[in-house]
Amino acid sequence: MKNKIITTIAAFGLSLAASAASAETVRVGVAAEPYPPFTEPDAAGNWTGWEIDFMNAVCAEAKLDCVVTPVAWDGIIPALTSNKIDAIIGSMSITEERQKTIDFSDKYYNTPSVIATSKGSGITPDAAGLEGKIIGVQVSTIHQDYVTTHFADAAAEIKEYQTQDEANQDLAAGRVDAVMADSLALDAFVKSDACCEIVGAVEDDPAILGAGVGVGLRKGDDELREKFNAAIAAIRENGTYAEFSKAYFDFDIYGQ
Amino acid sequence: MIDWIAGLAAWELLALEPPGWGGVLLRGLAVSLQVAVGGYLLGFLIGVGGATGKLYGGPILRDILDVYTTLVRAVPELVLILLLYYAGTDALNQIMILLGAERVDISGLAAGIFVIGVVQGAYQTEVLRGAFKAVPHGETEAARAYGMSPLQVLRRITLPGMLPHAVPGLSNLWLIATKDTALLAVVGVAELTLVTRQAGGTTKSYFLFFCAAGLLYLMVTLLSNVVIRLIERHARRGIPAVR
Amino acid sequence: MSPEQRRWNEPHRLVLMAIAVAIVLFAAYNMRWDWLPRYSGKLVSGVGTTLWLLLLTSVLGFLIALPLGLAQAAGPVWLAAPARAFCTVIRGTPLLLQLWLLYYGLGSLFAYWPEVRQSWAWPYLRSAWPYGVLALTMSFAGYEGEVIRGAFAGVPRGELEAGRAYGMSRFTVFRRIWLPRAIHRALPTLAGETVLQLKATPLVATITVVDVYAIISRVRQDTYLTYEPLLLLALIYMLLTGVLVLAFRWLEARVPVKGS
Repeated sequence: MKNKIITTIAAFGLSLAASAASAETVRVGVAAEPYPPFTEPDAAGNWTGWEIDFMNAVCAEAKLDCVVTPVAWDGIIPALTSNKIDAIIGSMSITEERQKTIDFSDKYYNTPSVIATSKGSGITPDAAGLEGKIIGVQVSTIHQDYVTTHFADAAAEIKEYQTQDEANQDLAAGRVDAVMADSLALDAFVKSDACCEIVGAVEDDPAILGAGVGVGLRKGDDELREKFNAAIAAIRENGTYAEFSKAYFDFDIYGQ
Repeated sequence: MIDWIAGLAAWELLALEPPGWGGVLLRGLAVSLQVAVGGYLLGFLIGVGGATGKLYGGPILRDILDVYTTLVRAVPELVLILLLYYAGTDALNQIMILLGAERVDISGLAAGIFVIGVVQGAYQTEVLRGAFKAVPHGETEAARAYGMSPLQVLRRITLPGMLPHAVPGLSNLWLIATKDTALLAVVGVAELTLVTRQAGGTTKSYFLFFCAAGLLYLMVTLLSNVVIRLIERHARRGIPAVR
Repeated sequence: MSPEQRRWNEPHRLVLMAIAVAIVLFAAYNMRWDWLPRYSGKLVSGVGTTLWLLLLTSVLGFLIALPLGLAQAAGPVWLAAPARAFCTVIRGTPLLLQLWLLYYGLGSLFAYWPEVRQSWAWPYLRSAWPYGVLALTMSFAGYEGEVIRGAFAGVPRGELEAGRAYGMSRFTVFRRIWLPRAIHRALPTLAGETVLQLKATPLVATITVVDVYAIISRVRQDTYLTYEPLLLLALIYMLLTGVLVLAFRWLEARVPVKGS
């Protein structure tokens, strides 16, 4: 028994020491919850998706040793500021509010925000259409901000979910009448589930919806930011970006 | 209705090899058990130290230990986990930097063990303190009168004497430790409950996967119960049954 | 407590208290609390939800625990076995998993079952709190059921036999001796179980029930603060636990637990 305890402590200490040795690598935080088609775990326990491909391309370009580190989405910014991860590649939109706490690289994709409902609901993507409805959104997202700013008075209730997946799940189960999210994420969902359809994009509000998705970085980590910016520009330039995107989308998601 | 049953019984999703998710669940279970065992042992070390401090320590130490056990037992584990997971590891790094050392990278696993250990430590302190005090004073005094060294008294009298009183509480805490690991899902540690949710989310077979994970947890509990019963019988030998 | 009654005004305690006050002052001045007024109303209603959940599920859970315990202690096999299985399953799996199984698992089944959506129960089934209440109630019933079983089994046989000897019917013995004695024996555990129940309530925030934990999560997401909201949350739960413990101490003083 005593020996066992000692070995366990030794192993514990070793694992700490081992992880301390590899501190030069860039720990890239992704949301621990599936967010298809951008990040999702497969049955073998690996992370796959467009953003994982993007990360691999950017890190190869910038000669960084990136490791995927899944973190709970609602704690992903605290994880960055408290040094658990070094960068966030998690479809995080660049907003003024977030820029008070963290820095961002240049954007790497930009898509509109849309509303999805069950088929034939007749709901329109505006305050009048959502009158008296229950809206589901993922917490800590621009969509949550948008819904609470623009639809709080009209909607009967705004339900906040830890993951987009759960919000979609409750839309399919009929527990919410509408969800608001990124068009590509909802596109993947309505293709996989026959229950629902996208009814259209919401009116733009740049102050809330931001200017595209960027890599989240600690404030003052300028060296890393420059590396990411250069690499993003380079993979746009040399066609790598278009190459790995083909498998997911039939248009350029980089936006204007 | 047919769809419903088909959705419930998509057994091939549980296959051990991809595309089945059985292997992922088992790896999640392994992480859960690692955290539970590590946290429990860390908690035991804290518990032994805490109980000793509470019984023999000076007034300051005793008060600090009282604050520790009271605080930990009054705040929900979920909140403690969030606090310790973010603040605890951050504070450790601040100290390391103050000491001029490299920032250590604390894995989710190590942080989980730390968190469960701190929570378990408070409860185990109380259990062990109670068990220590249950050993009659006369027995230890008699042993000392026979000329035994303090270590001998501990090994021959105190430990065997306290064991029957400590085992029920400690085994109960082990069962709690295995279940508390599920709370780490909330901070994103890939233990059984989180990978179950990932599997459910990706395949849309929530019901199947949650039931499967429930069975795994239940198996851990039932197996633990068997082992606990054996230990209890061993610890209580020579003591008449109470019930 | 320790045998020698310790006093609050010993010199080392004064020093410790001064340190504690210093830490609190440091936190108050050096951390960001400007968000507090904006959320105070929501926090109060969140605490209300938490307490309401606690009260409802503890009372319901205790009422279910009585037959569960009785079935295990004295029921025929066809009642005792399911009751035992229920307690084992509830106690053997994490509450978080039970909660998600009920909410997301059942939710995904409803999608295959359109009749449910037409039924009168749908407005309840589509909201989150019934699942939270159900899971917390079952959890309380499972743990307390085990306690009640022991309480029923622990009532001395002689008392029951004495009741029979007085010519009481089996039911009268149950009503006048067995049940009150068992509840009496179970009461001291209630305080501990209720504190555990309070500490289990924040889990319902993961299925979109808006309790005090959910409000604090909201603050964390809005302000990106790591520590302040969580520290406040810990303080709130500590106060609630303290009040709960004092309330039970007061109650126990009123209901003397003699004998046993």
